[in-house]
Parts: sequence; structure tokens; C-alpha cells
Amino acid sequence: MTMPTALHTEFEDIAALRLALDQRRVSASELAKSALAAIEASDLNAFLHVDPALTLQEAARADAAIAQGSAGPLTGIPIAHKDAFVTQGWRSTAGSRMLANYTSPFDATVVQRLGQAGAVSLGKLNCDEFAMGSGNENSAFGPVRNPWDTQAVPGGSSGGSAAAVAAGLAMATTGTDTGGSVRQPAALCGVSGIKPTYGTVSRFGIIAFGSSLDQAGPLARSSRDLLALLDPMSGFDERDATSLEYCDSTPNAAGRIRADYEKFQAGCHARDSQPLAGLRIGVPDEFFGPGIAQDVDTTVKAALQVYESLGAQLVRVSLPRTELSIPAYYVIAPAEASTNLSRYDGVRYGHRTATYGDLEEMTGRSRAEGFGAEVQRRILIGTYVLSHGYYDAYYLQAQRVRRLIAEDFQQALKQCDVIMGPVTPTVAKNIGERRDDPKADWLADIFTLGVSLAGLPAMSIPCGFGHSAGTPRPVGLQIIGRYFDEGRLLAIADRFQQVTQWHQHKPGQAEIQGR
Amino acid sequence: MSLTETDVARFAKLARIDLPQDKIEQSCTELNDLLHLIERLQSVDTQGVEPMAHPLSAHQDVALRLREDTVTEEGSEARRDALTLNAPALADGLFLVPKVVE
Repeated sequence: MTMPTALHTEFEDIAALRLALDQRRVSASELAKSALAAIEASDLNAFLHVDPALTLQEAARADAAIAQGSAGPLTGIPIAHKDAFVTQGWRSTAGSRMLANYTSPFDATVVQRLGQAGAVSLGKLNCDEFAMGSGNENSAFGPVRNPWDTQAVPGGSSGGSAAAVAAGLAMATTGTDTGGSVRQPAALCGVSGIKPTYGTVSRFGIIAFGSSLDQAGPLARSSRDLLALLDPMSGFDERDATSLEYCDSTPNAAGRIRADYEKFQAGCHARDSQPLAGLRIGVPDEFFGPGIAQDVDTTVKAALQVYESLGAQLVRVSLPRTELSIPAYYVIAPAEASTNLSRYDGVRYGHRTATYGDLEEMTGRSRAEGFGAEVQRRILIGTYVLSHGYYDAYYLQAQRVRRLIAEDFQQALKQCDVIMGPVTPTVAKNIGERRDDPKADWLADIFTLGVSLAGLPAMSIPCGFGHSAGTPRPVGLQIIGRYFDEGRLLAIADRFQQVTQWHQHKPGQAEIQGR
Repeated sequence: MSLTETDVARFAKLARIDLPQDKIEQSCTELNDLLHLIERLQSVDTQGVEPMAHPLSAHQDVALRLREDTVTEEGSEARRDALTLNAPALADGLFLVPKVVE
């Protein structure tokens, strides 16, 4: 018996699928049914909750809109949401036992906006518990398998989001990125993903982890598909206190990123065979040091050569505090997590222990049972660094180092227009590998944390495969921009994808060679 | 510095996580390993550097918005029921907890 394949995988991108829907060559309901069947047959554990009735209802609405000629840009496109976003219909667990049965009374803004744009949701995607992890092994509901090699992790924390796109279970997905959680799984699963500038996408309805770091971003096959999701997702939201009303002088609203994207593309067209002539790409020395695996190093450098062939100029830059982003992040993120997660007390919602005496015992046992090992570790570290006598030495010091790191990026981005480098030091590790050493995953976050601390936009696009693990595993190229440069980043990534095929490779369809 | 088991027990209590003794021992080893990583911050000269709470403050002045202090959602019994739907223990629209006042 062959595995059922989702119908949408026959279309190159969202634009092609959009056209087929509008020309009635395929219906939203057919797409949804075939995707649900593929999800049902998949053994990747990418989805945590599927509700066919809800999905088919959304699909029927999409078909009605198409019939009436009132289809939006995403009407009928099958997507799925990371379980860190709350949804009214589907359960919202954040990958935690604490929220195993939680259903939200409202939709996250991101979910609402993509729904309004017509997208059909296939359900909720597995992730590391409360988005804490880099391999999706910290989910209370089991690890997700990497479609390229089911022995490998898909990355994390948005592991289900990346795996679902790579396996063709959804056309695109949403993720959240606190320290790399969109970029890193995108890289390890060979798909594209972007984390926009902090404050451009609403955090309302994202189950909170580190509030000064959390940002939502889409994952999809191509940069063009990312644009199709990110543009309507972004925009000011009064329900998020840190949501920006303006991005410099431009209102933070749908259309902003698309306008920047099109403006950049128009400039490229004028330059013909050297579309990126004049573009300065900063290559930080610190991203190509001894910590990076040979196969990743070679693959990323080959991608940089492709950019050179498009007319871009490579410039050596320095991000001298790259290594310090690890301790700074792992003070700030746990501090914010310990504060955010104090809401789980077993009173209003979430897990409550079966037997208890007084209130303190009820809360203490509920939290010990409801939170997994990594979440408990981070809460304890956060409690420590925020406690009396240590606050100045750890928390404030980390915030000072955070500013220095952000200033390093500002300095580097004066010498170049974008920064490029690897997303991860190695290809995906095996599921279960180094599980006895919690520090190992933290150290592997080295190339993504600085961007998060600085609040900059950055993305990952597939640029080849590494072979150090025996089987071919995807490698991602990270592209980091100035504040609010999402549109430009997506256009620069698209220029790479116009001349390479890495983003079109599919797991199981062997032949991995050339571009 | 390194944490002792007494420290870990204290922070676990502050964080309201009931850790049994064997977990405290294990956590102590793990946390000290992780804190060793964090210690590196101490060697950085940050004199005169303003702590950064909002990432965009490297780029622009950041002032958090305040909203008008007005009612934004009307209450109703139906709304209350929707909002208490996930409560582990509920009676007459009230959250139930162990007795705290004698």
C-alpha cells in the first residue's frame, strides 16, 4: 500500500495552488480531505490535534468564498498552527502535560488573521514543551521525527511545524521563535522560515515563554510562500502591549512587507544578470570558527558563492560577542519563563494533582507533575537569577550584555546590508542523542540566539545537505537583516531560490545532488 | 559559586515545584553544570551600559502604550462559563481551592 499524498504537494507554491483554486481545478475541500488523510497516515508525530469536522467546515467556507468570487490571498490554502498558539476549536497544549486538555476561549491574533485571509487550518502541531528546546524532544507528547531521516530530530521548538512542511502534510505552518525556534527547525528539515522583527507580529494568544524575545513567524517551502503568510500575519495589535504601531515611519500593517519585497525585486530586475549587484553581504568570522562542522561549513560557503555569482559582494564582519549570547540568553529567557509560567497554579486552568492537602501542596504537586524536566530546569534557573542577591549579578548583567550584543549587530550592519551564515553548527542529531547532557542543546543555539536578543529579523533557507551523519540531512543558510527588513530578506532569499533547487527537494524522492 | 542541595530546595520552593529528594540531587548537578555556562557573564566589562529590557531600544525610543482605563468586554453568565470552562474544580461559577482561612 502506498502512503496517501496530500493533493497540495502537486503544486509548486501557494501562488500556483491559488490559481488552481480560482480556476476550480481543485477545491478547498478536496485539498483539506487529502491533507487530513496524509496526516492520518503519517508516523512523524507532527500533529497533536486534528479535528476533521472543524477543518472541513473551514474548507467549505473557503469553497463558498471562491464560488462567490470573494476569495482572499490564502483562501483554501491548507496550513497548520504550532500548538503554542491558542485556538478556539482545537486543543492548545504548548506540548505540555500542564495543558493537555486545555481549550482556549479565543483565537490568537495570528490564527485569527490567517483565518480571515482564508487559510484552512489542518490542526495543531507538536512542539517542545512551552517552546523550550531545540529538538522537539521536550514535548510531553513524544518527539517528532525528521522526514529526511526518521532517526533524526526535526529541530525545535517548532519541530512539528517544520516537519509538516517538509513532509508535505501542510502547505505552510506557523511557528514561534524565542531563541531560534523557527529558523533552526526550518534549517534541520530543509524548509524556509522567517522570524520577523520583534514587535511586528502580535504575541496575543501565543502561550508565553520569554516575552521580550517571543515572535511568531511562518514556515513554508519557499520564500515566496513565507511572504504570502507573513504579510497578512503582521501588523499592529492593541491587545499586545509590545506590538508596534509603526515600523520606522511606515504603519505596521499588512501590505508593508509585500511593498518592501516588491520594491527590492523591481530594483533587481533592472540589474539583469547581476540582480544583486551592490548588495553587501556581511560574513561574520565568529560564525565560521572551529565549532562548526565541516559539512555545514562547506555547504553554507557554497551558498555564499551563489550569492556572489548573483552580483553580491561578501564583506568580512565581526560579531565579537557571539559566544556570550548563550549565557545572556540562558539568563534572560529562563527569567522571563519563570515569571510567565507562574500562572500555572492548578486553580483556573491546567493540570491539578489528584491528591493534596493545602493550597501550597496543591500548587507544588500540580507544577511538579505538569511540567517536564527542561521546563522545570529553566523555571529553577529563572527563579535563581531573579532572586534577592543574584538579580544584579545575573539578570541585570545579562541585560547589559544583551545591549552590547545588539550594538555589535548594529555596528556590523553598518558595513553590510545583510549578514549571512549558518543556522546551526551541525546537521540534525539523532533522537535521544546527548539526552543526558542538557547543556549540549543550549550550546548548539549559538548562531540563532544573538538575533533574538537584538530583536532583529532573520530567516533560514535550505542550501544543501550535510553527510556527516551517514544519511543526507538538510543544511540551512541564515540571512539576518536590519530592523524591519523582512521584505528585503524575503526578496534576497527568493533570488537564491530562483537559481537553486534546494527548497524543492522532497524527502523520499532520493536524488540529492547539484543545486 | 555553586548551588548546594539546600539552595535548590529553596529555589524549588520559591518556584512552587515540589521536588522529591532524589530529584533535588539530580537537579543540583544539572543546574550547576548550566550555571557554570552562565558564570561567563561575570567577566564582561559592562560599566556604563544600560540594561536592555526591550530589544528595539537598540534602534529607537521605546515607550509602552497605555490604554484608556475603560471596560472593554461586557461580562455575562455565558462569558463567565466560557472563561471557566478549563477550571479543574468549579462550583457556582467560582474556582474551588483548599481552604486557606480557618
